[in-house]
Amino acid sequence: MSQAHSWVVVAAVAAGGVLFFAVAMLANAALRPRVPTSEKLTTYESGVDPIGRGWSQIQVRYYLYAYLYVVFAVDAVYLFPWATVLASFGTAAVVEMGIFLGVLTLGLVHFWRRGALTWS
Amino acid sequence: MSALLISGSGPALAIPVLAQLPAEIQFTAPSFDYRALAPMLVVFGAALLGVLVEAFVPRRSRFVVQVVLTTVALAGALAAVVLQAATSDPVQTAGVLQSSGSVLGAVVVDRVTLFLQGTILALSILACLTMAERTVDEGGPFTPQASAVPGSPAEVAARRAGLLQSEVFPLLLFSVGGMMLFPASGDLLTMFIALEVLSLPLYLLAGMARRRRLLSQEASLKYFLLGAFSSAFFLYGTAMLYGFAGTVRLDGIAGAVTGVGGVAVLQKDGLLLLGVTMVLVGLLFKIGAAPFHLWTPDVYQGAPTPVTGFMAACTKVAAFGALLRFLYVAAYGIRWDWMPMMWGVAILTVIVGSVIAIVQTDVKRMLAYSSIAHAGFLLIGVLAMDRSGITGVLFYLAAYGFSTIGAFALVTIVRDSSEEGVAGGEATHLSQWAGLGRRHPVTAGVFTLFLLAFAGIPLTSGFMGKFAVFSAAVANGAWVLALVGVLASAVAAFFYIRVIVLMYFTEPTGSEAVVEAPGIGTTFAIMLSAVITLILGLAPSLLLDSATAASVFLP
Repeated sequence: MSQAHSWVVVAAVAAGGVLFFAVAMLANAALRPRVPTSEKLTTYESGVDPIGRGWSQIQVRYYLYAYLYVVFAVDAVYLFPWATVLASFGTAAVVEMGIFLGVLTLGLVHFWRRGALTWS
Repeated sequence: MSALLISGSGPALAIPVLAQLPAEIQFTAPSFDYRALAPMLVVFGAALLGVLVEAFVPRRSRFVVQVVLTTVALAGALAAVVLQAATSDPVQTAGVLQSSGSVLGAVVVDRVTLFLQGTILALSILACLTMAERTVDEGGPFTPQASAVPGSPAEVAARRAGLLQSEVFPLLLFSVGGMMLFPASGDLLTMFIALEVLSLPLYLLAGMARRRRLLSQEASLKYFLLGAFSSAFFLYGTAMLYGFAGTVRLDGIAGAVTGVGGVAVLQKDGLLLLGVTMVLVGLLFKIGAAPFHLWTPDVYQGAPTPVTGFMAACTKVAAFGALLRFLYVAAYGIRWDWMPMMWGVAILTVIVGSVIAIVQTDVKRMLAYSSIAHAGFLLIGVLAMDRSGITGVLFYLAAYGFSTIGAFALVTIVRDSSEEGVAGGEATHLSQWAGLGRRHPVTAGVFTLFLLAFAGIPLTSGFMGKFAVFSAAVANGAWVLALVGVLASAVAAFFYIRVIVLMYFTEPTGSEAVVEAPGIGTTFAIMLSAVITLILGLAPSLLLDSATAASVFLP
């Protein structure tokens, strides 16, 4: 296959992607019924009435807790495949996972010492 | 498989599904060459130790402990790198060290790696010293409490209490560790991890300026969003290349391109081309090459100036190292496909950087555009596709890095004039620099030296760097690139010299900048940068020889 030809394929894929998006959006706009009501403009159309504005500050603590959760959830993801090969790997696997968990624990210790775990 | 399990048929159906897996997946325990990895391990270990220091050392002594720990760790790692480069068998100049020098191919420590790691470490020691500056601005260049809303009572309270965000030093170490790993990556996944490890601390550091905090936070957010976007490009490109070659290892991709190793590559050119292009987008973003340069001026302007110096110098070294390795090891076989694209990028970058810098009125923004132009000059060296090109780029990176660290360190001590005893903010508007040469001849003189080096005037390191990359380009038939580079250099020289004229021959109008006496760390950083800039100009062979010796990649 000539080099120029393969670039044409690349360009065609890109153009196809743009075209697909444009056609889908336009078709959507052309075909859908249009019945605007003020209810539809609220943040949650079918839920409770929203209070306050969309832009509001939230406590940074939520972020910290979410972050801690994600760290240890991901850590569990690594522990499962590790557990299946632990027997055949032996000490090396234990040490390496120990290092990995140690680094994570270090972060947790830091959180704890800096008072991020107390909700006050 | 999941559908079967959910259908409730139970283990009876799950067993045949599992039986389709390979009977036994062989894992081999990796063997590590700890000698080759030692510099990186020292830096990462010190970074983890720094986290513990934050947690356990009393607040009063934290800052000193962190600065000492960081400096010692960086110096130790530098010593380890130098020792390795000096003691490895000189016959094996192909970069092969005594031991295999690799960890399952994920990390390749060859001579190029050692040269770049040494450069990064030397530069980051100077960056660390400028970050530890506390004489000019009471409390240093960083905000006392990054989590306090700018202008809020909490911020005022934090400043009154004399708090310090000494986390910047572990963050610096993590970033340096990532930078050391970036050019040493032997596969694209390691490269991606290194990219993230070096970038994430930088996003944070960029948002921690003491003054003009909103601008700093804006810079941080912009850098983060665009950086995340470019990381996505890099990762998508990695996936494409994996689809093409069946491996993420750089030598494996190179083998698949040339058909070595029995990998059949038929009708998969699209994957290869898209993959190479997308990985290049990710790398060019970090380098700050046009058209992926738009974050550079905003981030360089908003970030705390010592961090800007660190980013401009060290990130560039690391990213060019990774770019060189990717292009010369993995993508060398299809260079005729990506060369036209990269030629375009290089030409656009030198022109955009040189021309837009002319109209800048802010010193930091001007230096940012100057760094874009330098990225373009470096790309010209990269595109020589030859050993002399690698040599030129390595030398240029070191020369440019030291001048940049010095120039930004100098920007931190030129301040707004304000009431007695209190330093004003940085006087970054160029009009404030008018007449600086008369009032502060030493400062203006040193800054002039850095500007001349950026402009590539003979007897400075910049000239030798430019000469090395342009001559490599000419020798390999890329004289068009060299011509564009020389013309752009002439344009760039205009705005560097305009600043010199401003400092020496213009009467100040309005507010004048004053030079605050810096502490010992910043003074040392500026002076050492100036001396190295001069020495590399007068006796370039000191570094050029080791750059030449280092300029072969170990696949």
